[in-house]
Amino acid sequence: MEFISYLISGVTLGSVYAIIALGYTMVYGIAKMLNFAHGDVIMVGGYVCYIALNSLGLPALVAVLVAMAACTLLGILIEGLAYKPLRQAASLAVLITAIGVSYFLQNAAQLIWGANPKSFSSVVHFELPEKITELGFSSEAIATILLCVIIMVALTLFVAHSKTGKAMRACSEDKGAAQLMGINVNRTISTTFAIGSALAAIAGVLLCSTYPVLQPTTGSMPGIKAFTAAVFGGIGSIPGAFIGGLLLGIIESLSKAYISSSLANTIVFAVLILVLLIKPTGLLGKPIREKV
Amino acid sequence: MKKMKKTTRTDLFTYLGVTVAFVAVFLLQSAGVLSNSLSGQLVPICCFIVMAVSLNLVVGISGELSLGHAGFMSVGAFAGIIAAASFTTTIPNGVIRLIVSILVGACCAGVAGVLIGIPVLRLRGDYLAIVTLAFGQIIKDLINCLLVGHDSAGLHILFNHNGLLTMNDLHMNETGVAIIKGAQGAVGITKLSTFPAGYILVMLTLVIVLNLIRSRTGRAIMAIRDNRIAAESVGLNVTKYRMIAFVTASAMAGAAGALYGLNYGVLVSSRFDFNTSILVLVYVVLGGLGNIWGSIIGATVLYILPEILRGFADYRMLVYAIVLILVMIGTNNPTIKNFIGRLLPKKKEGGAVA
Repeated sequence: MEFISYLISGVTLGSVYAIIALGYTMVYGIAKMLNFAHGDVIMVGGYVCYIALNSLGLPALVAVLVAMAACTLLGILIEGLAYKPLRQAASLAVLITAIGVSYFLQNAAQLIWGANPKSFSSVVHFELPEKITELGFSSEAIATILLCVIIMVALTLFVAHSKTGKAMRACSEDKGAAQLMGINVNRTISTTFAIGSALAAIAGVLLCSTYPVLQPTTGSMPGIKAFTAAVFGGIGSIPGAFIGGLLLGIIESLSKAYISSSLANTIVFAVLILVLLIKPTGLLGKPIREKV
Repeated sequence: MKKMKKTTRTDLFTYLGVTVAFVAVFLLQSAGVLSNSLSGQLVPICCFIVMAVSLNLVVGISGELSLGHAGFMSVGAFAGIIAAASFTTTIPNGVIRLIVSILVGACCAGVAGVLIGIPVLRLRGDYLAIVTLAFGQIIKDLINCLLVGHDSAGLHILFNHNGLLTMNDLHMNETGVAIIKGAQGAVGITKLSTFPAGYILVMLTLVIVLNLIRSRTGRAIMAIRDNRIAAESVGLNVTKYRMIAFVTASAMAGAAGALYGLNYGVLVSSRFDFNTSILVLVYVVLGGLGNIWGSIIGATVLYILPEILRGFADYRMLVYAIVLILVMIGTNNPTIKNFIGRLLPKKKEGGAVA
């Protein structure tokens, strides 16, 4: 029974990683950049939801929507102000800019909301039958896992069938050719950032509902882990991010329980390295072909 | 001077510039003009110059994005601290002990560089970056689990993987001294580092890196950076040359770490986390990739910048972030670059690689 409850907490954590990793992977797939500020958008989402719940007294669902709207706006703003001028620049320049944005968000959050941790009250309220709670499921866990699956399926369908989704895939294949076909590349990239940031808001709310401490650095470690998850599953691939996130959460939770709590991160990263050695582009990543 | 090659002249100017800066700062410090907080930062600045120059060898010259450079600094720092503490009685002279500790730190970090380089250098691009990031985290966590003490019988090392062991489990005799106390880090370090030592380490690093770049090996490394397949097709051993750059840089980061560690009384391994690696990367990129001069200036200016911004109090890191973003956009956006280029008087086109 103990094993099952550890597994459940692993799947819950993994679902949060998966939602964050989806944002990373979409942005990477289309803009070919490592958006290090993504983790901090999660933190902003958490804070906006906290303010909406506690200071404005909004109902939980509205608060989550407000957080999503705020993060979407923030994502578009960051993309337009910081990344768009660097569209043609070397990837390292964009990476450093992303780090600058990350510093900016963390320090702005510290100025606005203070450095002291806030205790976040869960936004998920529903009763579960006793049989399910006995297994170790909490209502947060159920909500997180369900939402993650819904988001995954919805995103896959969106990217595969909608017009915007097709434009996204075209841009990630070849930006020049996509532009020649009449696709507005800049707008497509902005949309990707918007979707990724809205997902980050959801992830932030779920993360803070399960681990109720909110501070300006809340997003950085889950951000790095989710990035690892995205690479683990093959960066650029949506199902890959989902599988990578889940596996990472389960490995972390089980190694915390059975091996060592201080070495859980080490084990996660060691597994990542092993996977990359065997499959250099991640579990579901496309092999890179080199042309001479 | 005219007959010298352009590169030789640049190198000589680099050595000369660093020496002049050192003498000037040293005189100012002896005259007591420098504020306390600034003189306290002289050794760390030297360490970070070495870090930036060595990371530039990996990122700029060899063309691999490494996000775990602070991990090697950490290995060097803790190895150096252990060496310094264990040789307290054998080598009473502080200067020689510092040199030995730095050598030990550099060797340990170099070995770590070989161990990490073998798997890492099989990967490319962003995958390589994430694996170096992972290694940086792993090194930090592993050091957090170390318990090390020294007594008359020698070194005692325990790996505290489940968090249940304490310093008593080392079973040291009454002469025992604790060196590393797990997550509390290294304690009771004797401060050995001095500013002149920092200067010498910077000069040594420059001599090594600049000579490496100008040598046959260096040209091979840059050829692999520019076009791996072409380099391979003319018979260059890609793995060997990438390894040379990576391991040299790790060893130098280790030396910088040892110097850095012996500058403080207490040191925790979280000092060398992901953010430190990123910080050094920022120095390198803002200084200019592949430009050794740029790394020196980048590290110095950006290390002091938060201090200068102290006037902004709470806003200083915010200002730092904005400056960072604006500089990146200003130097990389084609429109803005052209605009600035038109404002400035026409200059002769200089090569990007120093």
